[in-house]
Amino acid sequence: MTFTASRSIDRRLFLKAGALTGAGIVIGLRLDDPRAAAAAAAADFAPNAYLRIGTDGSITLFADHVELGQGSMTALPMIVAEELEVEWASVKVERMPADPSAWPRSIMTVGSQSVRGSWNSLRAAGASAREMLITAAASRWNVDRATCRAERGMVVHPASGRRATYAELADAASRVAVPGAPPLKDPANYRIVGTRVHRVDIPSKVDGSAQFGIDVKVPGMLIATVVRPPVFGASVRTVDAAEARRVDGVRDVIQFENGVAVLANDTWSALKGRRVLRIDWDRGPNASVTSETIRSEFLRRAEQPGAVARNDGDAPRALSTVPRSLSTVYELPFAAHATMEPMNCTAHVRADGCDVWAPTQAPTNFQRTAAQIAGVPVNAVRLHVTMVGGGFGRRSRTDILDDAVRLSKRLGAPVKVMWTREDDMQYDFYRPFGIHRMQGAVDSDGWPVAWMHHVVTQAALGGGRGGAGGVNRDAVAGAAELPYAIPHIRVENTITESPVPVAPWRSVGHSQNGFVTEAFLDELAAAGGKDPVELRRRLLANAPRDLGVMELAVSKSNWGRPLGPGQGRGIAVHAATGSYVAQIAEVSVRGGEIKVDRVICAVDCGIAINPDTIAAQMEGSVVYGLTCALKGEITIDGGAVVEDNFNDYPLLRMTETPVVETHIVPSRAAPGGVGEPGVPPIAAAVANAVFAATGRRLRRQPFRLNA
Amino acid sequence: MAAFTLVVNGTSHTVDVSPDTPLLWVLRDTLGLTGTKYGCGIGQCNACAVHIEGNPTRSCRVTVSAAASRRITTIEGLSPGRLNALQQAWIEEEVPQCGYCQSGQLMAAAALLREHPRPSDAEIDDALDPHLCRCGTYQRIRRAVHRAAATMRAEAGQ
Repeated sequence: MTFTASRSIDRRLFLKAGALTGAGIVIGLRLDDPRAAAAAAAADFAPNAYLRIGTDGSITLFADHVELGQGSMTALPMIVAEELEVEWASVKVERMPADPSAWPRSIMTVGSQSVRGSWNSLRAAGASAREMLITAAASRWNVDRATCRAERGMVVHPASGRRATYAELADAASRVAVPGAPPLKDPANYRIVGTRVHRVDIPSKVDGSAQFGIDVKVPGMLIATVVRPPVFGASVRTVDAAEARRVDGVRDVIQFENGVAVLANDTWSALKGRRVLRIDWDRGPNASVTSETIRSEFLRRAEQPGAVARNDGDAPRALSTVPRSLSTVYELPFAAHATMEPMNCTAHVRADGCDVWAPTQAPTNFQRTAAQIAGVPVNAVRLHVTMVGGGFGRRSRTDILDDAVRLSKRLGAPVKVMWTREDDMQYDFYRPFGIHRMQGAVDSDGWPVAWMHHVVTQAALGGGRGGAGGVNRDAVAGAAELPYAIPHIRVENTITESPVPVAPWRSVGHSQNGFVTEAFLDELAAAGGKDPVELRRRLLANAPRDLGVMELAVSKSNWGRPLGPGQGRGIAVHAATGSYVAQIAEVSVRGGEIKVDRVICAVDCGIAINPDTIAAQMEGSVVYGLTCALKGEITIDGGAVVEDNFNDYPLLRMTETPVVETHIVPSRAAPGGVGEPGVPPIAAAVANAVFAATGRRLRRQPFRLNA
Repeated sequence: MAAFTLVVNGTSHTVDVSPDTPLLWVLRDTLGLTGTKYGCGIGQCNACAVHIEGNPTRSCRVTVSAAASRRITTIEGLSPGRLNALQQAWIEEEVPQCGYCQSGQLMAAAALLREHPRPSDAEIDDALDPHLCRCGTYQRIRRAVHRAAATMRAEAGQ
């Protein structure tokens, strides 16, 4: 089989037909990060996914997206099946078989981009295959292809009653040139996209059969527990492993690059051995870092000029000339990912190759990194992606893989590294601490006229001090794009370091800026005597999707109608990952305790693939955001994280969870993300509701009324 | 190390482990029943919930010596060979997201419905509040419990 290139009119869409293993149609496609710059030219087109229609009737999408419980493994087949005219459950998803070193950019299941990055390519691939099958059938029957149509996995010629399955046609169809611009279905004719289908990953999750990374067992496997430095940047001075080695079941104690590992036949023996390890640490340079020292440094930096991300009008001057201005500081704590399945990875390194079993959000990165550490070619690494017990950004990091591959290589045996909950909580890569210096003013009619926002935080994404002029796009995500028609807006960021490791945490920079901007806007509303909804209506006049999603939420609430004593409503509107979310929270405050009773959540995510998945993600995002807003925080003392389990970093429980009502804006726009955008607005919606109930402002998470 | 006899899902097993081993690790590592999950090890999350003599119990807080010779049921033994009304309801309501906490949730829900065939929201909260779900599936769990309860009552002709 030869590769034939075909460039469509849409420059971001390149399809090639070629051979993979097995006969039939194979179409190579790129599932791109929609944020990326223009795609490569056809000459160096490298697919990062394939669609195969086999002569055995199988339909397979080879792609490296991972199912985290967010429904990606259901949504992607739905999109393909719609254009291909098959039952969606007949489209199976498997990992890419090709050599990842040939792919210019790997697919990670992050950034709420599984659907929005695939929407165009998957439709085009499904439609192309459909057209190729129709052409093959028409040719076989010697009829005009316009008299044939595809339906339910077959091509039919109604005039003669002839029909052929895709399996029967696949071989002939594979010799048809891939159409460059296949006709796409009119959404009005969708049978699958937009319907509530049952997710493929659920059945195994209700009977205990789903295999997560922590469940992996391979012959000859040792369990490893790793003791890491108790202070950021500390190092091992001496290890006394004598008593640990004497524990029944312990097989070895190894000091390696990441700490000291106890290896045993089973988990409990490993943990018992670890308990009696005696390690003397050189505490290193960070032993006096505390939350207070971090806060002080960030506050100090907030008073100095930052890198300018947005500068409309002259905000500093406007602030100094308008009589009614506000100046305040918002603060967000470090937050832990706290996936229910603690970090773990299993590796078996051999001379000629390596097997890795991991719950990962970044399969290609894991495969490449395993190859590097094991010292084998990337092709010789077999990565088995297990079910993932929560991702939220944590599982793109390769630190756990590093543990497993290094230890397995040292031992020459399969090793499962299992972190305890304490390890997981103390050696996370956290959502950064943030200090936000806010200044704003309203004019004599009470409308906001100036807005200044200085974000001081660590770089969770985009590394170091960021791009042009020191602006870090993630640090100001949702802040620089403020949609409100305020004439003078200045947004700055200062990227500040601390020894605390940080990484993307569900909604990343938006998790800070959604709270700060929507809570501060509420302060300006009060300062100007405006109802928060009325204020947004005016200021969003040129932002139709922000406005539209807000109006949907308002229409489903009783905004304006009084609640009981100690009760209040608050609203927040925020756009992230290409979607728009408005949330109205109803709270009751009693004795200083905040109870969130109900959240009306409206979402404009463009065309809805599976409405039930969207609702589930909104519900889950609200709970995720409320844990940070209401429950605990990660604090630093003596250069280490203080909290180590759910007793001191509690998660939101069933009794604390509001009823979440999700309403989806009907849309035919390209899909936006769904996994993350429900997180940013919830804290502000609650803070604003508490203000309505009590007159008290909450500018720091977690919220404490009696603090 | 010592020998213990465990009756798990109706089958007797003899295991040779340290007496202080939590039942959780005997189930997972020694018997290979990985449906019961480790979440915290200190009884705070309830991902490890099993039934001992029918009562929901945190297996991370029970030693193998304390569990010996008692009737233990894990998620694998909840409804062998077919999905029960609760599991069907979990599927119908699309309850799980990542799914890691759901074995424990189902074990607690099963015990609840045995005691309270027509549970109120408050009774559901009482039984399931100890179970953490980071993905936030709580309101669907509540709906699924109500749904299963209705199905079970209908099947029993109530």
